[in-house]
Amino acid sequence: MTEQFKMDAPATERRLDDMAQGLVGAPLDRPEGALKVTGTATYANEWQIEGMVHGVMVRAPGNSGRVVLSNREAVAKMPGVLSVIQDDRLLRNPAQGTANKAPVQGAQHATYLGQLIAIVVAESFEQARHAAQALKVTLENGEMVPVDPATAAVEPQEDQTLDQGNLDGAMSEAKHSVDVVYTTPSHSSSPMEPHASIASWEGEDLTLRASYQMLKYNRNELADSLRIHPDRVRIISPYVGGGFGSKLGLAPEAVAAAIAAKELGRPVSVALHRQQVYEATMRRSETRQRLRLAADSDGRLSGFGHDARVSNLPGETFAEPVLQASHFLYAGANRKMSLELARLHRLCAGSVRAPGEAVGVTVVENAMDELAHEVGIDPVELRLRNIPEKDPESVKDYSSRRFREALQSGAEIFGWAKRPGVKERRDGEWLIGYGMASAARINALMESQARVTLLPDGTARVETDMTDIGTGTYAILGQIAGDMLGLPRDKVDVILGDTNLPPAAGSGGSWGASSSGTSVYIACEAIRRQLADRLDVNEHDLMLKDARATYANQTKALTDVLQGDEIAKLGHVLPGETSDAVRQATFGAYFAEVAVHAASGETRVRRMHGSFAAGRILNAKTARSQCLGGMTFGIGMALTEELTFDPRDGHVVNHNLAEYHIPVNADVPQLTVELLEERDDWASPLQAKGIGELGICGAAAAITNAIYNATGVRVRNYPATLDKVIVGL
Amino acid sequence: MQTNVIINGTQRRLELDPRTTLLDALRHHLGLSGSKKGCDHGQCGACTVMVNGRRINACLTLACMHDGDEVTTIEGIGQPGNLSALQEAFVSEDGFQCGYCTPGQICSATAMLEEIRNEWPSHVTDDLVGGAELTNEEISERMSGNLCRCSAYPNIVEAIRKAAGKGA
Repeated sequence: MTEQFKMDAPATERRLDDMAQGLVGAPLDRPEGALKVTGTATYANEWQIEGMVHGVMVRAPGNSGRVVLSNREAVAKMPGVLSVIQDDRLLRNPAQGTANKAPVQGAQHATYLGQLIAIVVAESFEQARHAAQALKVTLENGEMVPVDPATAAVEPQEDQTLDQGNLDGAMSEAKHSVDVVYTTPSHSSSPMEPHASIASWEGEDLTLRASYQMLKYNRNELADSLRIHPDRVRIISPYVGGGFGSKLGLAPEAVAAAIAAKELGRPVSVALHRQQVYEATMRRSETRQRLRLAADSDGRLSGFGHDARVSNLPGETFAEPVLQASHFLYAGANRKMSLELARLHRLCAGSVRAPGEAVGVTVVENAMDELAHEVGIDPVELRLRNIPEKDPESVKDYSSRRFREALQSGAEIFGWAKRPGVKERRDGEWLIGYGMASAARINALMESQARVTLLPDGTARVETDMTDIGTGTYAILGQIAGDMLGLPRDKVDVILGDTNLPPAAGSGGSWGASSSGTSVYIACEAIRRQLADRLDVNEHDLMLKDARATYANQTKALTDVLQGDEIAKLGHVLPGETSDAVRQATFGAYFAEVAVHAASGETRVRRMHGSFAAGRILNAKTARSQCLGGMTFGIGMALTEELTFDPRDGHVVNHNLAEYHIPVNADVPQLTVELLEERDDWASPLQAKGIGELGICGAAAAITNAIYNATGVRVRNYPATLDKVIVGL
Repeated sequence: MQTNVIINGTQRRLELDPRTTLLDALRHHLGLSGSKKGCDHGQCGACTVMVNGRRINACLTLACMHDGDEVTTIEGIGQPGNLSALQEAFVSEDGFQCGYCTPGQICSATAMLEEIRNEWPSHVTDDLVGGAELTNEEISERMSGNLCRCSAYPNIVEAIRKAAGKGA
């Protein structure tokens, strides 16, 4: 029985406010926590399967030319080696998120250095690794190809172009203006679990135990890559050791494992090693961004211009959507925006946590800080004065937007009023500065399905192919079902990460919780109606709590209502007219205190606070953790993270965790997070919006703006490493 | 190559390719996949185990080098239903998200608290002798060999403080 729901009108009833069980929103522990802290949650490369052998992938040593494996026969004869496979179905690069079909395939030609062009399979991992290292790969008839975004040919992205009013005129007439260029480098998602897949076939049916974020798409991507029917493919992914975008689309190891397993008739495990994750999965594009802000004497914006250049491989359509939040964050009648895509031969560019806003809002917030100093007003006040009444381009209303409150409350909590003037405060050898930035991220609802079964014993089961990549899906889906069915949290079993279960929206784009949560909510509403029918009462007059139904001055155990039956419903949510009727987004504000060493230019973050509004918070504990994670990504972006490319051949120089510097524990102070009370009726019947990415969307700017406050140095090319700071000291 | 190792209190006889790391021996040959492989190069700490009471990266050492050693993995620290104080605190303080670095964090923290009890100084300790207070700064410094990309660091620090207060 399918209950379909399309989000065509605001959901003003807010039923979750009134459910008696009181689970939604509560800071409950993750139900899978005990498994994770004891090492008994099974990740992709940890399934023990009878007869399993190991594959290690081999990379192209250059960025152009025909691949030649010159000692293939000799390697095939090495101890334990079962096969050396070079197959045209191998992926050139991963699929983009929600691609739903195979990406560019082919192992005969190299397109970027690090491309995975072969797989060596052996009885043991040690044998496979040795043989893979022994395989000699050369490239024939290679050409000189562009690897530098500054000089590569560019393609304007026409659909991203905006020209409203007259920005040039506004700039020349403005009392105050800023016209600056910032650059951000490529970033790596760097999840702690490298990409891994175990493929096993039973006849023509393939099972892949893997680590992916969006299984219903990944299944179609895998089937299309192998040219088989999706019904033949099952992907199992109950635990995902981090994704941050890098596991949205099918990656090369999955197809390699499937091809090898088919050829050998044995299960094959392929785990990318860390260097391969850096060289052959996904990067966030570097960006070059020009910001033009025109303002009157009070700092009110009359013009807003944002032009960006990003890059990607030939044949890839993804262009980092840098301008995404620039369209709606601030006022300014005269607006001009453009995006261009440079074609070059570096590893594929795709989604890394909050594609677009992570780098776009950050640079907008740096430019706004520059403008605040031009105008001579408090940077918080500048933001407050430029919150538009309606979307400045579409003139649509905002759905819910507690942006002003986040700025004001965050400033209060942080103690912004005590901020020093530029280069004013010193603590021994350290220069102290405060900085702030706004946060903004688009919000979306996506199609998603879940089956909820109320069992005769008064417990419930939630089943969907939705994933939990650390986001808290196991927790929140159980809380929603528990509230709607009146069950304590431990009476709801949540089963995820298996394409045999109803297809969900997947974890990405911050839409996972609200979309999959709504599908559970819809199914539970249908179960409630059936219970009400059995009791001959209006569903809205039915109160469910602690597995008991209370109605018309009576109370009855659910087990008695069910009388040995189970009630199963499939909830199916579809986005509808509310997606376009209003501007939907999440908002917030960051505040940071930094100390910059007066002699070395080293920056340490001493304090950092974020206030965020993202609709209804489904679990205050896991939502806060998501914000901590986003803000920490911001610390990395501000100070240390940068994929470095060899200018000769475009390969990733710092392809490991020792040289690509993600923040460590000592880099991160005890961050504080405030989650503002909000309900967004336009977003979903849960009134919830996405929160997984909001914490990064501008965070780095709070830190670099604080560096300016401490030192008077504007670093306009991220990250603000000490060499860039010290030259201005 | 034959190696005898005591793993979580049980004598195990391993017959392995000498190239096998201690980490791969645990994961591929002993069914102990709680120790994680994040980088295989000693850069992330996800594979942290204790050998004779001291924390090491299991990916940086060969199994055959541990004949006669006592190895404690996350599976030996606590099990579902029988969690150590640190494991309980990691759950209640949300000291993890995806969970992949978590066993390494907990093994590392278990040994780290013992190092503090034994008055080992760290880079941020004021005085090389006389031990160190369990401050946030000390915990962060001593736990910085264990990367967490979900960035649960503030919660990891809280979890360790909470567990240490209970005598973990």
